[in-house]
Amino acid sequence: MKYSGLKVFWEGLTGNKGWKPVWRNPEPKKHYDIIIIGGGGHGLATAYYLSNKFNIHNIAVIEKGWLGSGNVGRNTTIIRSNYLLPENQPFYEFSMKLWENLEQDFNYNAMVSQRGVMNIFHSDPQRDAFVRRGNSMIMSGADAVLLNEKDLKKMTPFLDFDNARFPIKGALWQPRGGSVRHDAVAWGYAKEADAKGVDIIQNCEVTGFLIKNGKCTGVETTKGIIKATKTASCVAGSSSKVMSKAGMRLPIESHVLQAFVSEGLKPVLPGVITFGAGHFYVSQSNKGGLVFGGDIDGYNSYAQRGNLPVVEDVCEGGMAIMPMIGRARLLRIWGGLMDMSMDGSPFIDKTDIKGLFFNGGWCYGGFKATPASGYCYAHLLATGKSHKTAENFLLKRFEKGLIIDEKGQGNQPNLH
Amino acid sequence: MIIKHPLLGPRDASEFVYKGDASLMDRPKWGTQKSQKKFYEYGYLRKNPAGTHKELWYHEQGDRSWLVVTRNTVSHEIEKVELARDIAKIKRATKK
Repeated sequence: MKYSGLKVFWEGLTGNKGWKPVWRNPEPKKHYDIIIIGGGGHGLATAYYLSNKFNIHNIAVIEKGWLGSGNVGRNTTIIRSNYLLPENQPFYEFSMKLWENLEQDFNYNAMVSQRGVMNIFHSDPQRDAFVRRGNSMIMSGADAVLLNEKDLKKMTPFLDFDNARFPIKGALWQPRGGSVRHDAVAWGYAKEADAKGVDIIQNCEVTGFLIKNGKCTGVETTKGIIKATKTASCVAGSSSKVMSKAGMRLPIESHVLQAFVSEGLKPVLPGVITFGAGHFYVSQSNKGGLVFGGDIDGYNSYAQRGNLPVVEDVCEGGMAIMPMIGRARLLRIWGGLMDMSMDGSPFIDKTDIKGLFFNGGWCYGGFKATPASGYCYAHLLATGKSHKTAENFLLKRFEKGLIIDEKGQGNQPNLH
Repeated sequence: MIIKHPLLGPRDASEFVYKGDASLMDRPKWGTQKSQKKFYEYGYLRKNPAGTHKELWYHEQGDRSWLVVTRNTVSHEIEKVELARDIAKIKRATKK
């Protein structure tokens, strides 16, 4: 189905009777060229780019629950490309460029809104660090603007500039950053992948892999055995659980991250704002709710819900930069599973088992990476070679000393 | 979460610092042929199970003891709490 302004207008006049489901619910075939495990943002993006850019159509996406039931519908919807390290930043900038054309590409309104991301700094040394980061961003082709206190005051007069402990001195601003309607990303990718013949098989759990002589030839599922030339895992927080069925141990711990939404308010935030002295980030949804979050809870968890000390910590972070947030009532809190890697950076790579591929370790930064993750994974699956922006995301990088540690925290996943 | 400290009784989890899988107590031997591989696995690879998990918690805002907590990662239910030093003692005794 093609969406257009004219179509919306016509359907409005004719009682909206012409809308149809945009993907099928097929039974699995016996054999596929590629099976993608995980029907979330990254998995559906991979299927989309494989079928639309790399011309491979005999693909299945196998999803344990319903389409987009995991982190693609649980994140705080922020997109940005403001990383520091040369192994990371070109990849995220590639993702940003894909975001900018996404809606035209897949003919779906994902509400990509480039309203800007501001990283606030509170001291001179932090300004220096942000200048360095800004330069790294500009070198990768991204945009970065250093705002001083005066500029920032004009844009966000409500911030607590004269806070005694963390006075606000300015911000590193990426005007092209912003937010996206996250569910629509999954739906748009699913719609176009399905249109090119990709089978999206929901409510079908992978229970094992068919591995013989170091070669993977398919998967066992709750809907029977499905064979494939290539099998590609893309299950984020459940990565260790799924890959353990292939006998693998990963450099990943699963943690829970909580997100929060306040009641709907009139437009107040110009874009995304992040606290530089604690962990807190906030934006305003199109419905008016303040969407915010902070640290992960910090212990291994598969529960998709967190505990109260982190709720308190996040709200304290909010109060520290934006005291007016204390007047807003909290509407909802929820949690999602983060595949926290040992250096805070992701993996898009082959495994030691032939025909088995792995995508994961996105920590809590997977949403912004969705288009590039899908594109680069599709590139690897289709050509057998890493995309040039993702060639450092190797599963074996720790063995070789090629660690990509943005925060310099070492192999302690809950600190990334 | 409330952790039942073997010496101090029930304590809020926010008094603790979380380290990770309790297998971190079993540091491999250095200086052997296999050491490099073993240290890579020790440092970077984790079982990360969905279910029962033995893990190290450090009581930083309390008596600064290390605990081995057996916890279910799906329900957050804590099954057992032991002093890490007791477990280390038993391990040392059985090695001899």
